Amino acid sequence: MTLRLRLLLAFALLSIVTAVAVAGVGYVRARDAVVQRAQDNAVIETTNRVEQLYPLPTRLDAAALERIAGRVSGREGTALAQARGVVAGSMDSSVITQELRDLVSSGRVGWQRVPYQGGVWLVVGMQLRVTSGGSSSGSSGVEVYVLRPFTTEIEFVGELARNAWLVGGAGLLFALGLGFLAARGVLGPVRELQLAAWKLGQGDLTARVPVRGRDELASVASTFNSTASSLEHYVGELQRMEADARRFVADVSHELKTPLAAMTAVTDVLDAETGSLPGVAGQAARLVNRETLNLTRLVNDLIEVTRFDSGTAALALDDVDVAEVIRASLRMRGFTDVTTSLPTDVRARLDPRRLDVIVANLVGNALRHGSPPVFLTLWIEGSSLVISVGDSGPGLPDAVLPHVFARFYKADSARGRSEGSGLGLAIAWENARLHGGTLVAANRPGGGALFTLRLPLGGER
Amino acid sequence: MPRVLLIEDDEAVREGLSLALTYQGHTVDAVRTGEEGLDLLSSVAPDVVVLDLMLPGVDGFEVCRRIRAAGDLPIIMLTARNDDIDVVAGLEAGADDYVAKPAQARVLEARIRAVLRRSSVSAPEVVAERYGDLTIDREGLVVTRLGRPVSLAPTELRLLLELSSSPGRVMSRQQLLESVWDQGYLGDSRLVDACVQRLRSKIEDDAAAPLYVQTVRGFGYRFGPL
Repeated sequence: MTLRLRLLLAFALLSIVTAVAVAGVGYVRARDAVVQRAQDNAVIETTNRVEQLYPLPTRLDAAALERIAGRVSGREGTALAQARGVVAGSMDSSVITQELRDLVSSGRVGWQRVPYQGGVWLVVGMQLRVTSGGSSSGSSGVEVYVLRPFTTEIEFVGELARNAWLVGGAGLLFALGLGFLAARGVLGPVRELQLAAWKLGQGDLTARVPVRGRDELASVASTFNSTASSLEHYVGELQRMEADARRFVADVSHELKTPLAAMTAVTDVLDAETGSLPGVAGQAARLVNRETLNLTRLVNDLIEVTRFDSGTAALALDDVDVAEVIRASLRMRGFTDVTTSLPTDVRARLDPRRLDVIVANLVGNALRHGSPPVFLTLWIEGSSLVISVGDSGPGLPDAVLPHVFARFYKADSARGRSEGSGLGLAIAWENARLHGGTLVAANRPGGGALFTLRLPLGGER
Repeated sequence: MPRVLLIEDDEAVREGLSLALTYQGHTVDAVRTGEEGLDLLSSVAPDVVVLDLMLPGVDGFEVCRRIRAAGDLPIIMLTARNDDIDVVAGLEAGADDYVAKPAQARVLEARIRAVLRRSSVSAPEVVAERYGDLTIDREGLVVTRLGRPVSLAPTELRLLLELSSSPGRVMSRQQLLESVWDQGYLGDSRLVDACVQRLRSKIEDDAAAPLYVQTVRGFGYRFGPL
């Protein structure tokens, strides 16, 4: 249940209880008072009329009882008088309950509200008593009942009830309105907090909430703000340190490049001359040459990686025949032991030199670490081109799979470093990403590693 | 063998490249700054300039522009590896090709040979071809527009000769890289695009709406049809 709903329900409950308490109790008391007074009046009036009957006629025959009934009935009511089994009067005797009869026959004045002719009527009944000898009184044997309409009073009570409902309902609406306002007052800041926390989670570390007033919500807001501030500070610090580290790598690579450029320039001279150098000197020259070229490759790869990291790597897009690029890539590197399936007419808009880097790294990797035959397959799937490169070796261990694209990751820690810069697959992966594509490593069901590259074909732009 | 003017500020790189190029039979004049290089141009008359872009004083781009303004001497720039902005700016300044450092001498040698290879496009019997306002003399390697000779850098001329050798036929950037720059599929297609831009600015009435060198979107370039 939402906080808003809970608050509204609490207010509604509170207002209902209050309305019931105020309006309900007021109504009940007013109703009782009205009914009581009306009954009292009716009883007093009836008693007064009965008193005017005295002295009672000595012969209580039907005619006398009829007269008595006529005199006590009043203008609105009807009456009934009975004595010793003789009943007279215009009143319908069926409305007198046994309960009332018993009460009256025991000598008391009784009254009761009864339903009659679609309304509420009051029946008042009493015995006519005679005094003999001044002190004790006895029954004259005559009982009179008066039936009078009670509808006016009931209507008045009904109006009271309506008023009570109206007041209660208005109070309830008012309370709900207040509850809504209060909920909004509480929930507004809560929503602001929620939004700010969401932004923070999305990486917007500048997200803050306004602090209003001095209540509990304000203190939550200011705590949130100070937490976000310190988070921003630490993340900024981390980013600065990371940027420093990256810049350091980039600077080192660039600094290495100039001496390497001089050394690389003369490797061809050395290569040509090693034959004429005597024994050990020739070997040493070949070693220096080989390692200069390895170092050059490593530095070039490092620089490439720093360009991906700093976001300065850019695509030089061109419309190419993909099979042609792959063939050129394999040919240029002398990769002849590859079984290829290259359909013609796969044209795509991509950076051919970056595709070359990916293909060369995947095939080179398969040739070095996998077992022949190595195969390369090209096909189109929807709006992507897919290139898969696989080998027939034992495949990649499960522990290695998640890390194959990590920089300088070596599947076999005992493996020497002459197998490449250790950045090849990482660079291939970054190149795929730069194209908006993916590069995934897996194992084939039949054994052997399988790398799958997916690149968008790219449309006319 | 060709005479090479090498402008490179780092002493070791300058020495290494001089050594290697000399070893391969070139005559090398190596200088440290752009000013020295520009001064030497008239006195030593090199066949090709190998130019480092990062130079103290007058930088490589400016040197490139000045050489280009003075004539059609081929220029190969030396760039920091894959520095895209430098490459594009250098090509726009008029360089014919570029080599990324560190580079083996044989790579630089191949680029030098490519820019110096002038007339591999077989000259047909017809001496001068007319295309609209343009006259192309394949024998004398002279291009005139409205009767006035157009000064084209060697790569620009070769590109125009290649494209106009079969008017109306679309050539992909890779084909052009192969035939004009001696590079294949894996050459830098920006070489072609930059050269086309420069060529258009010299032979077209309106470089934005080209008549002679037209772009065929998704495939490459085409000469005409007029």
